[in-house]
Amino acid sequence: MTVKPKPFRKQRFSLRQQDARTAWLLLFPSLLVMVGVTLWPVISTFILSFLNAPTGLNQTRTFVGLGNYLVMLRDQLFWETVGRTMYFTVVSVGLELILGLAIAQLIHSRPWGWKFLRISLIIPWAVPTIVNGAMWRWIYSADFGALNGLLMQLGLIKHYVPWLTLPNMAMNLVIAADIWHTMPFVALVLQAALATLPEDLEEAAAVDGANAWQRFWQIRMPLLRPAILVALIVRTVDAFRVFDIVYIITSGGPAYKTLTITYLTYLNSFAFGKQGIGAALSFLISAFTIVMALIYIRFLYRPEETQ
Amino acid sequence: MSLRKLFRKVLLFLLTLPVFFFIFFPLLWLLSASLSNQVDLFSVPIHWIPQHPTIQNYMDIFFPGQAASSVPRTFAVALLNSFKIASAVTVICLFIGSLAAYALVRIPFRFNHSMQLGIIATRMIPEISLVLPLFIIAARLQLINRPVVLILTYMSFALPYAIWLMTAYFQTVPIELEDAARLDGCSRLGILFRVVIPISVPGLVSTAMFVFLLAWDEFFYALIFTSTLAAKTVPVAIAEFVGRYAVNVNGMMAGGILAAIPPVLVALIFQRYIVSGMTAGAVKG
Repeated sequence: MTVKPKPFRKQRFSLRQQDARTAWLLLFPSLLVMVGVTLWPVISTFILSFLNAPTGLNQTRTFVGLGNYLVMLRDQLFWETVGRTMYFTVVSVGLELILGLAIAQLIHSRPWGWKFLRISLIIPWAVPTIVNGAMWRWIYSADFGALNGLLMQLGLIKHYVPWLTLPNMAMNLVIAADIWHTMPFVALVLQAALATLPEDLEEAAAVDGANAWQRFWQIRMPLLRPAILVALIVRTVDAFRVFDIVYIITSGGPAYKTLTITYLTYLNSFAFGKQGIGAALSFLISAFTIVMALIYIRFLYRPEETQ
Repeated sequence: MSLRKLFRKVLLFLLTLPVFFFIFFPLLWLLSASLSNQVDLFSVPIHWIPQHPTIQNYMDIFFPGQAASSVPRTFAVALLNSFKIASAVTVICLFIGSLAAYALVRIPFRFNHSMQLGIIATRMIPEISLVLPLFIIAARLQLINRPVVLILTYMSFALPYAIWLMTAYFQTVPIELEDAARLDGCSRLGILFRVVIPISVPGLVSTAMFVFLLAWDEFFYALIFTSTLAAKTVPVAIAEFVGRYAVNVNGMMAGGILAAIPPVLVALIFQRYIVSGMTAGAVKG
């Protein structure tokens, strides 16, 4: 820093002060909205999680400390729900990544119609979640569904099957519907990443005698890691809080077999009239979401990895 | 060698076929069902192409006055509600969000960095963690079923995302341009509206597209905050009817197609921006 004459410095200082005022003025409307619809509700939910709060405007609330959390942790249904949500998240995100990577590779190999394929992938992504859910619910329908129609014509089933009432099938069918909607996101992100990779590294490795398998795992995958990380974090965070598609396809049934953690929170808050428990559950969902993101970043993001 | 290349081309092409099937089969069936009548839809074995194709299901939604069932009437209202709410959210987010994004990008002040982190962090907070207090206060203020409650609550996810995306676009505006305008005596606001925003139009368009898609897609808040038919958005209307067998399923399917057309069209038109937007913020997973 060079020494500057005093008057100039004074003027710069006042300019900076004026700048700060302008900044706060520009930020004010957004901050007002975000405090109102995000910050205040988060704090309020956290406080609510320590209260016994039955639904209803004039119900009295009492402080129960960690009572809501303890009730929840002792509840068998809670743990089953956590397990199911994990299953949904792992299977759905896992298959999306594998299929997404495979399709990204396929587009990258420039087969006939690859441009059309890339544009087509945008369609399932853009279809609203609820329309997607409704569509698959009808496809799985026991009375007129396309799945029954197709399997019957192929001679694989003799009678129409009520797919969504089968306890062991329901969750997997919801996952298939979710994959249709969200896998294109993974494929498009990874395809964009593949397009930016340098070609010469792999060519050099090929000259050195590395086969396609080695080139893929030792050159392409490490370079793709940041893109995979982005897709993984975004999809895991979203999959763990899944609600819409379950609500529309199975409503949590049959016999809670597709009940996820957000759904359980929704039921406690708005159907069972236990807002305190609902608040405790939703706080756990937020905490878990943030922890998961941190774990992913810790284990998968290694920026300085050069040989 | 050339034969091997041809073989490879054919093989790769064959591999794209199952992908195309997976993408289009559900949609085409939905389209076909929306164009058939109730008798055709429920016939066994299944008719992939409607035997008696009809656009009655669509006509009922566009001219709900003559429609026999309540499904198309609800849909006509819900489509309009969704459109109004998503547009309002988009306009407000773009306006107040661009002011905030500009301040974060160009004005150094004490809490600038922590504010940016805070905005990214709000993206992680699920709707379910916000909805209870919002519901309690909305019920007290008698705002349930009013569009304003959805417009405001949608801000909780749309605004941080809009600010985040616009920050990225504003950063690409050359600072020399702004300095030049400043030397000519332009104020901060003048610079924003006369220099930065005109240059960032493509970025603003893609931000608007993402925000509109998010708002159009939203289901959870709409489910909680609306209970009357007049207030429902399209996703809630679909969810409402989908489980009831008494209602006309074909009408619903036509409604589903109509609900999917605006976002799909928008996404196809702006496809160039989509992937960059996805990697930048990736809200809509």
